[in-house]
Amino acid sequence: MNKKIYIRMSGLGGQGVVTAAHILGTAATRDGKESTVNPFFGAEKRLAPTESYVRISPERIYEKGEVLFPNIIMIFHPDVITLGKCYTMPFFAGLQPGGKVLINADTPLELNGDDLEELAQLNAQIFYIPATRIASEIGGTELSTNMAMLGGLMGIADLVSYEALTESLQERFSGGKFVASGTTAALDDILKSKYEKVAQLVEKNKEVIEKAAAAVKRYDFNSQAEGGREINSVCCG
Amino acid sequence: MSKKQCVVDPAYLFFEAVREPAFITGSQAVAEAVKRANVDMAIAYPITPQSESMHLVGELYDKGFIKDYYRGENEFAVMAAVHGASLGGGRVFTATSGPGTLRAMEMFPVWAGSRQPIVCAFMCRGVSLPPSIQPENIEMGMLLDTGMLMFHAENAQDFFDMILQAYAIAEQPDVHLPAGVFADGFFVTHTREKVMLPSEEAILPCYDPSRAPVPPLDMETPPIRTVRDPLLNKSNFISYAANASWHQEVLAASERARKYINKYMNGLLEVENPAARIFLAASGTAVSQCREAVRDLQDEGTDVGLIKVKSIRPFPAEELAAATNSADLIVVPEFNAGGWLAREIKACLEHNSRVVAGPRVFGGMTMPKELIISEVKRALSRKIAGRI
Repeated sequence: MNKKIYIRMSGLGGQGVVTAAHILGTAATRDGKESTVNPFFGAEKRLAPTESYVRISPERIYEKGEVLFPNIIMIFHPDVITLGKCYTMPFFAGLQPGGKVLINADTPLELNGDDLEELAQLNAQIFYIPATRIASEIGGTELSTNMAMLGGLMGIADLVSYEALTESLQERFSGGKFVASGTTAALDDILKSKYEKVAQLVEKNKEVIEKAAAAVKRYDFNSQAEGGREINSVCCG
Repeated sequence: MSKKQCVVDPAYLFFEAVREPAFITGSQAVAEAVKRANVDMAIAYPITPQSESMHLVGELYDKGFIKDYYRGENEFAVMAAVHGASLGGGRVFTATSGPGTLRAMEMFPVWAGSRQPIVCAFMCRGVSLPPSIQPENIEMGMLLDTGMLMFHAENAQDFFDMILQAYAIAEQPDVHLPAGVFADGFFVTHTREKVMLPSEEAILPCYDPSRAPVPPLDMETPPIRTVRDPLLNKSNFISYAANASWHQEVLAASERARKYINKYMNGLLEVENPAARIFLAASGTAVSQCREAVRDLQDEGTDVGLIKVKSIRPFPAEELAAATNSADLIVVPEFNAGGWLAREIKACLEHNSRVVAGPRVFGGMTMPKELIISEVKRALSRKIAGRI
């Protein structure tokens, strides 16, 4: 990776959008790249629109705030698109030509024709991943949805190494140093209570990441145009 | 100060001590600064986006880095309480944001008037109405004439350094004024980036109230004449003259801070590419946005310089005039609706039609580099058409 990659993660409060960005940004710095991470949310509450932004670059990054022109967009919940729970409308506003969109949904969403046309013109690549299902089945809790989304990201883009991602995950949940807001700390406690040991949490989430990376499916624009909604080609990264 | 810590010369701490990188937020950087600032007392009142930093300062108290810490009743109470602790001879720290700043407003000229070197961090955000917790720095424009020193941090690194530097500058006996260290909320407080930190074992020397130009108050024997018989109760020439000269002395003390800002902060401003004829001039996060715009403009072959204004009070009027002496255009992007920085810059330059006030972003959104670039290009075409 020799150029800047800007990532916008959109989801709902409590899904771990901010935590996912933190883990990814930390992993990128562990890999020796430059990275900045910042969140965007209103007064904190569960299920309210929440976004976070990760910038990864070989050179120093100065700019701050929301990523307006992302290379990759990660949608953590279908409501972001279907109910407009998003800080940008449409959800792919600003997506760069050839950019990638990773959507957490069990089956492809029925996007409106204008949006699909615009995405096709952008030569965008759309990927679906049942992240919440993978989190529940492999990790044993929906709270691992963000890890499944990171796994999905690993499946579609070469941004960070698995080693750095695992170390970053470990650091986030086992170090005493992490600083979180009250609600995030409460969710951390719930997540940790699902596992006997932090080591188990890290192991399970590693598995979630690996399974998720293999479960991403690329959406074929032609299939919906022809009236079908089947995913017919698997991601090639 | 914890047991393992030892006092070092401020200049050593700022410029020479070995530093290690940490991937942390601006709020964490504030706590890292306070950990090394030898603070006696910190008083908190929560408000987004400041809450996290004072929460972390509370944890420093728990670990023994600070002698006393509590949560006040509201921002006015907090600013009054740190004033009391400072009058008693302690080194104090607090922080607030937007509406909290305005709620406590009465205390800031009081701090300056009583010549207390209180250091307060301001994590700037929108002020009501309409309500917003998101970044913008209009509150700085409202504090320009409170008498306090004002430094504007570009990023978490600046925020860390400037809080420590603020103590070294504000506590000089010939200055002895409060210092506000400002950062744009969220853009700095909630953004995680690389910050270079010196060892937490090296800390600032403790505050020495015996060197203060105003004696610390001994609360056992309060100076009733000063407190109970203020100048405003008298209507005669002496009281008016005393009042006016006291104000002049506050302003003069701020002027005397310049030499210490030069020493400890490496100047009131920084200039990049000084030979350029076109400049972007900014403070805080807007500087970072400008850096990206400069990178793109240079790539396109437009030679642009950058002026980062670090000290807002005192304001680097002479330095700005010198830096822009042969500039044709000075574009001033800001994160507020009022455009206070552009006003300040216009007020100190000859031929100030060269100053383009904008672009301005407020309400919480970011300022894309594209917006700055298009403002520069528009101003350039107006200049070519002879309208600047």
